[in-house]
Amino acid sequence: MKAIVHIRLKSEVLDPQGQAIESALRNLGEEKISNVRQGKLIELDIQSENIEDAKKKVDHAAKTLLANTVIEEYSIEIK
Amino acid sequence: MDVTIILFPGTNCDQDTANAISNHLDVVPNIISCKEKVIPKSDLIILPGGFSYGDYLRSGAIAAREPVMKDLIKKARDGVYVLGICNGFQILTEANLLPGTLLKNRSLKFISKAVGINILRNDTFFTSCFQKDQTVFIPVAHHDGNFFIEKDGLMKIEDNNQVAMRYSEPVNGSSNDIAGLYNESFNVLGLMPHPERAVDRRTGSDDGIIFFKSMMKYINN
Repeated sequence: MKAIVHIRLKSEVLDPQGQAIESALRNLGEEKISNVRQGKLIELDIQSENIEDAKKKVDHAAKTLLANTVIEEYSIEIK
Repeated sequence: MDVTIILFPGTNCDQDTANAISNHLDVVPNIISCKEKVIPKSDLIILPGGFSYGDYLRSGAIAAREPVMKDLIKKARDGVYVLGICNGFQILTEANLLPGTLLKNRSLKFISKAVGINILRNDTFFTSCFQKDQTVFIPVAHHDGNFFIEKDGLMKIEDNNQVAMRYSEPVNGSSNDIAGLYNESFNVLGLMPHPERAVDRRTGSDDGIIFFKSMMKYINN
């Protein structure tokens, strides 16, 4: 199975990279875009019998390494 | 006194740190690889600065899961002194030995300069030779030095007096200008400034020596 982990900064954490991207977009004339925030997407293959079990394993990986839950939140998509 | 320095792929301050220890602590440190499962008997373990694993994923994230860390965490919980400098500080937060985390600098710029550092307490292993509230000049060199912790955590570390030092003026966006932090038992210290780069007046400042003298004094007593 394929899993995709979406990692984003928690809303209360300032994201200067997102702000820099937003200012570059403004330079390109995109004035209607705001609140840009940058995250990460991690793709991986996982051997598992069912989706529930795969989700559990990926959740463990996300919690212990892929995301830093002090500043980030994540969501998991299994395909 | 036995001192061990842990070397990760991408660590680059190990030799400067070893020199500072040899010159000012009168002991030749052991340098071991992060692939070791057991750390030799040590009074002090140092995680030096650098860019372990190229800061992949998050700075310190991969290093914090290396084989050596299991024994390091155990020894830290048993009271062995642990010092994390710059990338070492980032690794200690990723290993949950220190609370909070280090975000990218507010300016998104790599900051490399000597800055004023206020030492808040002088009653610990690492700082006993400082004056209380002494300001010293020590270089910082980092991209991810912006200390962040959620509100409750910040209140807790302030109430416990775990903040070891603050920048005398804002440098990188750190919460409450925190530059260094102790754990709850004060045997683990993480700091962004590089004391090992401030050991000779010819290169700007020798204020870093006070850290090494403090550690020696503590052990000798």
